Amino acid sequence: MAVTIAKERWTSKVNELVLGAEPNVVKVGGDATLPFLFFEGEMPNRPVVALEVLDMEPEDWPDILKAPFEGVLGDPAAWAKKNVEYGADLVCLRLVSAHPDNKNASPEECAKTAKAVADAVNVPLIIIGCGVEEKDAEIMPAVGEALAGKVALLGCATPNNYKTITAACMVNGHSIVASSPLDINLAKQLNILITEMGLAANRIAIDPLVGALGYGIEYAYSIMERARLGALTGDKMLAMPVICFVGQEAWKAKEAKASNDETPEWGDQTRRAILWEVMTAVTFAQASGAIMVMRHPESCKQFKAHIDKMMEPVKY
Amino acid sequence: MILIGERINGMFKDIREGILNKDPEPIKHWAKRQYEAGAAYLDVNTGPTVEAKDQPKVMEWLVNICNDTVPIPCCVDSTNPEAIEAGCAANRHGKVMINSTHADQWKMDIFLPMAAKYNAAIIGLAMNESGVPKSAADRAALAMEIVVNADAHGIPMEDLYIDPLMLPANVAQEHGVEVLEAIRQIKALAPGVRTTLGLSNTSQRCTNRHLLNRTFLIMCMAVGLDSAIADVDDPQLVDAVAAANILLNKDIYCDSFLKTFRQK
Repeated sequence: MAVTIAKERWTSKVNELVLGAEPNVVKVGGDATLPFLFFEGEMPNRPVVALEVLDMEPEDWPDILKAPFEGVLGDPAAWAKKNVEYGADLVCLRLVSAHPDNKNASPEECAKTAKAVADAVNVPLIIIGCGVEEKDAEIMPAVGEALAGKVALLGCATPNNYKTITAACMVNGHSIVASSPLDINLAKQLNILITEMGLAANRIAIDPLVGALGYGIEYAYSIMERARLGALTGDKMLAMPVICFVGQEAWKAKEAKASNDETPEWGDQTRRAILWEVMTAVTFAQASGAIMVMRHPESCKQFKAHIDKMMEPVKY
Repeated sequence: MILIGERINGMFKDIREGILNKDPEPIKHWAKRQYEAGAAYLDVNTGPTVEAKDQPKVMEWLVNICNDTVPIPCCVDSTNPEAIEAGCAANRHGKVMINSTHADQWKMDIFLPMAAKYNAAIIGLAMNESGVPKSAADRAALAMEIVVNADAHGIPMEDLYIDPLMLPANVAQEHGVEVLEAIRQIKALAPGVRTTLGLSNTSQRCTNRHLLNRTFLIMCMAVGLDSAIADVDDPQLVDAVAAANILLNKDIYCDSFLKTFRQK
C-alpha cells in the first residue's frame, strides 16, 4: 500500500533579509515551511555562517581557538580576510574594545575599525557592539554612518537602546539585530516597536539569545520553533529570520574550554570543542536559525557540509 | 478569528442611497473603516431594494469599489446566484467568499460548483427549507450534509465555513446554548471545517446590543468558532476578540496585542 505523506499547509512565510551590497549579497529567510521540510514549502535560502572578528585580542579564548588566527588576532581587517578564506559567508565584527572595562573605545575609533574591516572583505558584515546597552547606542550611529551603503546588520538592539540603533539603520540603509532574552513575547514587542519607528519588517533579524548544547539549548529551540510556527501562520511580527550567536556560547562551555590535561577522559579538546560548536549550530538550524555566528573555521566547514546534505532535494 | 465586516449592505440607509445614486463614497468609507478596524473580509450585499435583474451589476460595482479601496477580499452576500457569481468574478484580492448556501440539495447544487469554479470559500448555513433547527444535533446533521457535498465538489475543508445560525435573544433565547453545542459538535465531527456566525442576529431588537454580541462571540470562540460576520465598527468587540485570541493561545502575546490584531 502506498504511504501518504502527511503535509501541513502554511499560509504565510518568513521575511527574506538581504545583506550586503550587490553583487556580494547574502539572502536569508524566505522560508514557507519548518526547516528542511521541502515537501511542505519552499526554503529558498540555506542557513549561513558568519565567523567572528574581535577588535582586540581575545582574552578568554582557549589556545586551540586562537591557533587558526595566529598573526591576525590584533588586526581586525586581516582577521576578517582570514575568515573569508576559511569559507565564512559573512564576517561578524564584535566591537568589544568599546566596553568600559576594556579600552572604552570611542564611537570614532569603532567606526574606523568597522570601515577597515569593510574595506578588507567583500562579504556582508554584521557589526555587534560591546553589549553595554548605553555604549552600543553611542557607537552604532557612527558605525552605521561609516558603513553607509554596505547594507550591514547592526546590533544588538534591546528595549533600552533600540531607538538609536534603529535610527542608525534607517538613515544608512542597514538592518538590525533585535535581541530579547529567551522571551518570545518580548521578541514580538521589540519587533513592533522597531517597525513602528519606520524600519521595514524585512530588515530585522531576531536574536533570541541562544544557549549552547548542554546549557539551555532546549529553551532556545522551543522559542525559535514557536516563532517559526507563528510566522508560518501569519504572525508578521515574528516572521523575521533568526540569528544565533553560537560561538560565544559554545566556547564558554567547559566541554569546549577544558584542556586535554584537565579532562583526559573527554577526549581530544580540539575535536571536542569543535563538535560542541557544530552540534549547537546544527540544532539551531533545525529549529529555524538562519544566521550562525561561529568562531572556529573547522566548525564553519563542518556546519556547511551538514547543510549541504540537508539541502539536498527530497524525493516525495 | 476571521472577522467579516457586515456594514456594506443595502439594508443600511447610507449604502442604499449610495447604490441608488451611484455614489461610491459611502461604500469606500465603510470599506476603509472596517479594514482599519480589523476586518479580514468585507461582506457585500446589495440589499432588497435592488431588483433581481440589476443585482449582478450592482454586486460587481460594489466589489470593485471595495477592491479598489482596500486590499482584502469580499464576502459576496446574496440569495441570487447570478449576483453571487458576478461578485466572485469581480473580486481581485485573496480568496473570495460566498455567502451562502443552505443545506437544501438544490441550493448546494448551485453554489458548491460555483465555489469550486472560483476557488472560493463558502458559508454553509445549517438550515434548510424547514427553517432553522431547534437543537444542536439537528444543526450538526445539516452541517454534515453540507460538509459531504462540499467534499464531493473538491472544496478544501478549510474553505467551508458552517454557520450554525443564532436567533435573537429576545425571541429565541433557548437557541444560544444549542449554537454553542452545535459549534462543538461540528468541530468534532468534521475536523478542519471552519465555523462562522452572523453575530448581529444575536441581539436584533434587543437593548445593549454591543454587549450581547460581544459576550456571545467570546463564548463561541471558546468552543471553537473561527469567524464571524460582525459589526467591526465596535472597538470593544474587536478588543475582546484580540484578547480572546491571546487567551485561547491563537496569537502569541505581546504588549501591543490590541494593535497587532488589527494589523492582520
